Amino acid sequence: MIDRDMAPLLQVSDLSRHYGGQVGCEDVSFELYPGEVLGVVGESGSGKTTLLKCIAGLLPPSAGTVSFDTRVDGPRDIYAMSEPERRMLMRTDWGIVFQNPRDGLRMNVSAGANVGERLMAVGARNYGEIRGNAVDWLTKVEMDLGRIDHLPETFSGGMQQRLQIARNLVTQPRLVFMDEPTSGLDVSVQARLLDLIRGLVRQLGIACVVVTHDLGVVRLLSHRLMVMRGGRVVEHGLTDQVLDDPQHPYTQLLVSSILPV
Amino acid sequence: MYVAVKGGDAAIENSQSLLAEERRGDTAVDELDLEQIKQQLSLAVDRVMTEGSLYDEDLAALAIKQARGDIVEAIFLLRAYRTTLPRFGASEPIDTGDMAVRRRISATFKDVPGGQILGPSFDYTHRLLDFTLAANGEPPAPTPVAEAPVDQDMPRVTELLNQEGLIEQESADDDQEVFDLTRESMKFPADREARLQNLARGDEGFLLALGYSTQRGWGRNHPFAGEIRMGEVAVEFTPEELGFPIEIAEITVTECQMVNQFKGSSEVPPQFTRGYGLTFGHCERKAMSMALVDRALRAEELGESIEAPAQDQEFVLAHACNVEASGFVQHLKLPHYVDFQSELVTVRALRKAIRGSAANQEDPGVAPAAE
Amino acid sequence: MDGITNPEAPETLAGYNFAYLDEQTKRMIRRATLKAVAIPGYQVPFGSREMPLPYGWGTGGIQVTASIIGVEDTLKVIDQGADDTTNAVNIRRFFAKTAGVATTEKTAEASIIQTRHRIPEEPLRADQIIVYQVPQPEPLRFIEPREAETRKMHALSEYGIMHVGLYEEIAHFGRITQGYNYPVQVDDRYIMAPSPIPKFDNPKMDHMPALQLFGAGREKRIYAVPPHTKVKSLDFEDHPFTIESWEQSCALCGSSESYLDEVITDDRGSRLFVCSDSDYCRTRRDAGHEGSGLPVPAEPDTTASEPAGESS
Repeated sequence: MIDRDMAPLLQVSDLSRHYGGQVGCEDVSFELYPGEVLGVVGESGSGKTTLLKCIAGLLPPSAGTVSFDTRVDGPRDIYAMSEPERRMLMRTDWGIVFQNPRDGLRMNVSAGANVGERLMAVGARNYGEIRGNAVDWLTKVEMDLGRIDHLPETFSGGMQQRLQIARNLVTQPRLVFMDEPTSGLDVSVQARLLDLIRGLVRQLGIACVVVTHDLGVVRLLSHRLMVMRGGRVVEHGLTDQVLDDPQHPYTQLLVSSILPV
Repeated sequence: MYVAVKGGDAAIENSQSLLAEERRGDTAVDELDLEQIKQQLSLAVDRVMTEGSLYDEDLAALAIKQARGDIVEAIFLLRAYRTTLPRFGASEPIDTGDMAVRRRISATFKDVPGGQILGPSFDYTHRLLDFTLAANGEPPAPTPVAEAPVDQDMPRVTELLNQEGLIEQESADDDQEVFDLTRESMKFPADREARLQNLARGDEGFLLALGYSTQRGWGRNHPFAGEIRMGEVAVEFTPEELGFPIEIAEITVTECQMVNQFKGSSEVPPQFTRGYGLTFGHCERKAMSMALVDRALRAEELGESIEAPAQDQEFVLAHACNVEASGFVQHLKLPHYVDFQSELVTVRALRKAIRGSAANQEDPGVAPAAE
Repeated sequence: MDGITNPEAPETLAGYNFAYLDEQTKRMIRRATLKAVAIPGYQVPFGSREMPLPYGWGTGGIQVTASIIGVEDTLKVIDQGADDTTNAVNIRRFFAKTAGVATTEKTAEASIIQTRHRIPEEPLRADQIIVYQVPQPEPLRFIEPREAETRKMHALSEYGIMHVGLYEEIAHFGRITQGYNYPVQVDDRYIMAPSPIPKFDNPKMDHMPALQLFGAGREKRIYAVPPHTKVKSLDFEDHPFTIESWEQSCALCGSSESYLDEVITDDRGSRLFVCSDSDYCRTRRDAGHEGSGLPVPAEPDTTASEPAGESS
C-alpha cells in the first residue's frame, strides 16, 4: 500500500518547458510516493514526453522545480545539483526505460555486460559475482540464460525491452521512468511484458512514472493517472476513478475511443 | 648461427640517395625550375599554400619539387617549415569587399551590381586533351583588354540580401581574442572560428566528398552559390611602434559565400542561412566544398537534427587534416612486431586451451576457464 | 628535469634553434608537461606542432624530448626495444642533427630514453627520464569515439565501461585478451593508456623511480606518471592481471626473463626467439651468457577447423 504519510519521493512543482514560442508542457505539479506508479497519458503532442524528459533529468525546464528525496541529503532540486551528482543519481537510484531499446542499451555489448555495467560503474570488481548478478536479473525478467553472451542486436523487441528493464533494475533504483515501454510490440508480447513490469514493480516497491498513449497500459500498471492535453494536465486522480468516471470532456473522449478488449 | 640484422643507418642513407635519384629522373632531361612550377602549375602551388597554411609561392613551389609532385607530401613540408617560423603578431582581418576582383560570379541572381565576371576558369572549357600543349609552342595570344576596367563598386551579394533582412547577419566580436588552431589544440564542441580554421587547412578531397554528400541528401541544406570571388587583397599589420595599420603584402584569395536553407523561429522570421569558404590563391573547388561543410556543421546551432556525417563535428574536424591522416595511416609501415608477438602469444594460448578442452571431451560450447 | 638549453651551444643545423623547436614552443610544452606531472595520468592538451617527421611516427615523443633535452644530456632512442630499427635511427639522427647531444645505445648510460612500444628490461633510475611515443592517448577512445564525452567520463571518474570491455573478453574467450596498450589506473584516479607496450611491461611502470612522460603529437596530448607512483593494470579480483610468457628462452643470451621477439628462419616456419631489448641482450652476452642458438620447428596445428570454444 502506498504510504502517503512518508515524504514524497518525487515532487514536481509548476513545471513548464517552452520551445521558442511553443508550449512543451505548462504548470505541471504532482507528488509521487515510494512504490507508487503514476501513469501519464495523452496523444502525441500532448506534452507527456517533454514532461518525462524534464522530470527524468534530461531536459532543464523553463520554469518550476523537480525535487527528489535523495538517500543521503533528503529532498534536492535535481537541476540545482552538479552534473556529476545528477549523473550518479541517474546511474544508481533512478532508471529510465526508453521506448526504443537502442536508446537504453549498448547494442555492441553482450546482454550480460549490459546488465553488469551499472555494477561495474559503481566499483564491482569480481567477474563471477557480476555475472551471477546478471544471471539473476535475466532470470527475473524471464530471459533465456543461454543468450547471456549474445548481442542485443539479435534479440526480439520484447527481449530487448526485458533486457533494458534488467539493466536498470540491477542497482535497485527507487524510481524508474518508462516511456511507452510496450509500444511497437505484439499484443501478446505486450501483455506478458506488462505483467512482468507490474510484478517486479510491486515486488521491489519501485516508484514509477509511465508515459503512454495506451489506456490499457495505465489501467494495468498505475495507481494514479494524469491526463495531458496541449501541454497541460486536464485531469488526474486514482486510475480506476478517472477511467471509469472521467470528468473532463477530453478524458471522456479518450476513454470512449478505447476498443473493447 | 642467427645474427641480429644491423645497419639501419646505412640502409636509411641509401634509401635517401635512391629517392634523390628518382626525384631528379633522367639527367638528360632539363631539371624543373621553381619559377616554372610557380607560373605553370599555379593551382598546385595554391593548394599547397592553402592546406600548408602558409602564403609563400616560392616555398610552395620548392615543396612541390622536393615532394616529386605529391601534393600531400608538399603540404607536409610546408607545415613543418611553418613550425620553425617566429610569430610576430596577427594581421588585421583581410577585407574581401575591398578585393581587386578578377573573377566574380553569383548563381542567385542573373545580374548583380558589378556584373558577372568570368575571369580565368576551367568552367567554360571543353575537357578535350589539347595535344598542342604537348609540344611547347608559342605563348598564347594576349586576351583583348576591355574598354573599361572592372567596376570598383562590387557589393557582396550577401549584403544585397541583407538590405532586405533576408539573410542572417554574420558578426564577430572584435574585442575577443581569436582562437588559433596552429597554436592550440581543438576542443569539442568547437566554435565556428575554430571550425573554419580547421576546414581552411583541411584536405580538399575529404571536404569535397562531404560537401557532395550533403547535396545528395546526407544533411541537405539547399545551397545556392551566392557569390564566388577571386582576386587580390591587401594584408595589413599594425606595428606597436606605429599604432596604425600598414600594408605588408598583397595576396590572392578565393571566397565562396553559400546561401542556404532558410530558417525561422518564434522570435525571428525566416531568413536564409550561410556557409563560408576561403582559400589562398584560386582554389575554387575547395572554397565551395568548405562552404558546404561549414553550413552542415552549423546544424546544431541552427536547430537541425544531426543525421549525416557532414554534420558531425567530431567526425569531420578530427579527420580533415591530411597531414595527420597521412601520418597515421602510413605509420602502419613502422614495425609493430612486439605488439604482434603479444597477439601471437594470446592466440596460441587460446587455441591451446581449446585443444585441451576438446581433448578432455568437455562441452566445447563452454568458454575455457581462465589461466 | 634537467633540460635547460645552453645559449652558448652551437646551432647544429643552419638556421634552426637547439633541438629544432623555438624557445616559446618549448616553454609551452614544458608548461603542459608540468601540469601533466602534477595530475598523474591526466591528458593535458597542447599545441602540437608539425615536425619534420610525420604525425603517427613519434612527433609527440620528439616534441617532449626536444623540450626537456639539454647539451649535457645523453639520449637513447629505441623502437620495439631495439636501437637500430629504422624509426629509432631516424629519430636519433634528428636529435644529433638539431641538438648535437651525445647519444648511446646503453640504457644505463642514458639520461633521456625515448621509446616506441617497449620499456627497457634494465630497471630505470631516479636520474633518468623515459619518454613514450603514444598513438592514441585516450584509453576510452575505441569504446566512445567522442572527445566531448570521454572528457566528461574522465572528469567524473565514469570508468565502468572499461571493465565492461574486459568483462566481454572473459565472457567470450575465458580470459582477458588485451595484450598491449593494456589500460592502467594511475594513483587510484585517472585511467591511462600506457602506449602500445606489451602488457609484459606494465608492471615496470608501477612505482618506477624514473619520471615517465607520454607524448601524443597527432592527438595533441601530453601526460605523465611522476616517480614512485602507483600504476595498476585493470582487472577483476577473480581474473587478475597476468603477463606473457614463453616456453623458449633467448637463443642468443639465454635469458628467460625478458620479452622475446620471434624470428622466422626458414620457409617451413622454424623460429628463433631473441630478446626484444637489444642492449639488454648484448650486455648479457658480453658478460658471458649464452643461448642455445638453435631454431625451434613450427608447431603442428591440431586445433579443430571449427572454432569449438565459442561460447556465444
